[in-house]
Amino acid sequence: MLGLLWLIPAIPFASALALAVLRFSRKQVAWIAVGATAASTVVSVLVTMAFLSAPPVAHAYTQVLWTWIDVGGLRPEIAFYLDPLSLIMTLVVAFVSFLIHLYSTEFMIDDDGYSRFFAYMNLFVASMLTLLLANNLLLLYLGWEGVGLCSYLLIGFWYRDPANGAAGRKAFVVTRIGDTAMVIGLFLLFHDLGTLQIQELMLRASQNWHIGSPAAVAAALLLLGGAVGKSAQLPLQTWLPDAMAGPTPVSALIHAATMVTAGVYLIARMHVLYSLAPAAQFAVALVGAATLLIAGFSALTQWDLKRVLAYSTMSQIGYMFLALGVGAWPAATFHFVTHAFFKALLFLAAGIVIDALHDEHSIFRMGGLRTRLPIAFWTFAIAGCSLAGLPLITAGAFSKDWIIWGAWSGPNGSAGLWIVALAGVMLTTLYTFRMIFLVFFGEARSEVTKRPGKAMLVPCFVLAFLSIVSGYVKTPFARFLETVLPWTEGSHSVPITEPVSEVIAALVFLTGVYLAYIFFLRKRVYAAALASSVAGSALHQFWFSDWGMDWLYDRVFVKPLVWFARIDKGDFIDSFYTGVARMNEFTWRILSRTEIGRLRWYAAGIAAGSVVFIAMVLFL
Amino acid sequence: MGLAGLLMRRNLIFILMSIEVMLSGTGVAFVAAGSRWGQPDGQIMFLFILAMAAAEVSVGLALVLRLYHLHHNLDADAANEMRG
Amino acid sequence: MEVAFYIAAIVAIVSTVLTITRLNAVHALLYLIVSLLAVAVVFYAMGAPLVAALEVIIYAGAIMVLFVFVIMMLNLGKRAAIAEGQWMQGNIWVGPVILSAVLIAEVVYLILRTRLTEAAGGVVDPKQVGLALYGPYLVGVELSSMLLLGALVGACHLGRPVLDKAEGRYDRNSDGARAHSGGNLIRVGVGRASDAP
Repeated sequence: MLGLLWLIPAIPFASALALAVLRFSRKQVAWIAVGATAASTVVSVLVTMAFLSAPPVAHAYTQVLWTWIDVGGLRPEIAFYLDPLSLIMTLVVAFVSFLIHLYSTEFMIDDDGYSRFFAYMNLFVASMLTLLLANNLLLLYLGWEGVGLCSYLLIGFWYRDPANGAAGRKAFVVTRIGDTAMVIGLFLLFHDLGTLQIQELMLRASQNWHIGSPAAVAAALLLLGGAVGKSAQLPLQTWLPDAMAGPTPVSALIHAATMVTAGVYLIARMHVLYSLAPAAQFAVALVGAATLLIAGFSALTQWDLKRVLAYSTMSQIGYMFLALGVGAWPAATFHFVTHAFFKALLFLAAGIVIDALHDEHSIFRMGGLRTRLPIAFWTFAIAGCSLAGLPLITAGAFSKDWIIWGAWSGPNGSAGLWIVALAGVMLTTLYTFRMIFLVFFGEARSEVTKRPGKAMLVPCFVLAFLSIVSGYVKTPFARFLETVLPWTEGSHSVPITEPVSEVIAALVFLTGVYLAYIFFLRKRVYAAALASSVAGSALHQFWFSDWGMDWLYDRVFVKPLVWFARIDKGDFIDSFYTGVARMNEFTWRILSRTEIGRLRWYAAGIAAGSVVFIAMVLFL
Repeated sequence: MGLAGLLMRRNLIFILMSIEVMLSGTGVAFVAAGSRWGQPDGQIMFLFILAMAAAEVSVGLALVLRLYHLHHNLDADAANEMRG
Repeated sequence: MEVAFYIAAIVAIVSTVLTITRLNAVHALLYLIVSLLAVAVVFYAMGAPLVAALEVIIYAGAIMVLFVFVIMMLNLGKRAAIAEGQWMQGNIWVGPVILSAVLIAEVVYLILRTRLTEAAGGVVDPKQVGLALYGPYLVGVELSSMLLLGALVGACHLGRPVLDKAEGRYDRNSDGARAHSGGNLIRVGVGRASDAP
């Protein structure tokens, strides 16, 4: 049964190929695409059952398909590796993809590029699964690039609008920067340790490198660079808000549940390397903490519904990075799972709202949808509570509390990080309930023109259910992951215990809800007044523009490059070569003045030449 | 002097005349040389020059007439179609 | 004898200068003939009677006469003289004179370098010349005869009547049109005298 592993990425890949090359009717496309992801999910479930019932040796199963390259010591194979970490992530990714594909069959029904859309989506799923199941870093990088490509294709899906193409390009270029760092990291690892196969790599790393060795730190930081790019963390986070130009299912799948978590997966996979490089691990935590705050503030000021969700994703992945950074590996993975559910749900429900309001994106023009789109409201509310961390009933609370606790008590944790995490809770609650109140409460400002159909609602139900329920599997989850990702309690003593931390988090949550209620429901004038005060509006503008990072990057990187390209348009290096040609031309022009065809000129030339010649003979 | 005349004047006829002048001058030199050493060689050289001058004049004048036919003037500078 | 030499030499030089500075072609030709005759006298004074005679007969007699024929045929007229005047303006003589002066200087230098004794030398007989011609220089004679043959053929060919497309370029009433097409040499220039300048 475990031998079916390779089917998991292969089936979506085959379906993507078929959809790209052959022509099908809409119904056929839908069946093929959704069927592929469904089949993938089914196989994942089967594999899971096989794994759980008869765990293989060392809780890891490798399936080698063939040797990819065999050159000078580099011998990566096309091989899939199954252990609890990749198993969980594969299961989640396959299942969520299936739900989102189902949703898209109805969401994209009016679009011309129906078949193209599903081809890209399936290709994306195939690449993501390859990434998760890869045995070696090169295959992982293949999947990495594949998801980057599909992200670009899908963000710019409505290519006729150049703004979408620009957003896709921005995403691609910014993640490219991260990818380059990652490739350099791969070079470094191969150069120093001689292999790219992950398990072997971990083994050799722990043998050859002591804790804190510079090579380990360098490699870990470079891989962090790649993860930062892909997961839209500081400083490479500028592409994610603009990526919302793509269709909503794309945002749900790629930029909420799966691709952006690829970075998290990479770091979790290479956790041995990070254990060997505490400085790099601390950098991970810092990046996560900084991002979660910055994104939270930005989310508070956005008016586009999807952009709020984009910043929210950034912030939550910041939580995951924070968890990785403090050494709470299973906490990060658990948060990934719950986040996938509730964030995908948030996007899907937002998609229902936007679609129903005839493509209205601004939350200030929505309102009162509680009664008109009840299912959307309830699912959105459930997901929102899960996101903010409503204690005890929602899954998000469990995972987030785990992270918050780990921020203090984990091996690298500290009180400062704990406070940051709690501040993040406050911000999350604020912006989430801002969204909920503004969109679903109050008077209606736009009319509902379209009601969602079954294909769009069923996934929402399922995800809502999972957003609540999945929290309860925390303990078996942790035990399951123990073989791969050890969870060690902090060695230093902390003044509070875990339950106390959870209670404090809950209190923060409630405060946040209350504040949001005041500002956004009851007395909106306060919010308006705050925003229009001098300091308030300056802050508002600053946070709205993603803390000015776009502006900064434009000034520092883009403008000099464009300036240089403009100078080089005449290709001044090429002018060395054209200079030769130009000198030739110059000489020609001079010399052709002597060939004027005038008789007397020629005679003079002869005479002068003979005079010179005679003189030479005489005197030399 | 013949050279100077050749270069100064634009009329083709004058150019030809200047050529004759040059040939004549050369002939003088040759004959003088031959006479100085009492050899007939100088005179023989002059004879050859003479023959050559006759040939050249006839062909040259025929060409001059053709050019005149074409350009209807005797300007040496007008015949510059071989330029470039 | 020597006096004759010097006088003839001076005459030759002066008339050559005049040749190259005249505006009227016929005047220049006449001066050239004078120059050639003076050169003949120089030859005679140097003791080369054969070439002196030949100079007069062939050079001044045949070649210059040919020149005169052609110029008369072209019938250049007053207009050409005016054009010549325009062309001869300015400092155009500077360059050529400099070139010629350098050349003369070189020749003089050469002559002075080889320490020439007095030009003695007696007369070289025609008989001597003839013997040398048909002795060692036989090949040269043959070659020059071939040269003359080539010149003959060339002149004949160039003088043929021509089928002329170039005429079409000109206006019917212009000089070119009136100047006869077809290359009939005798009639070139006919009718020009009657045109207004």
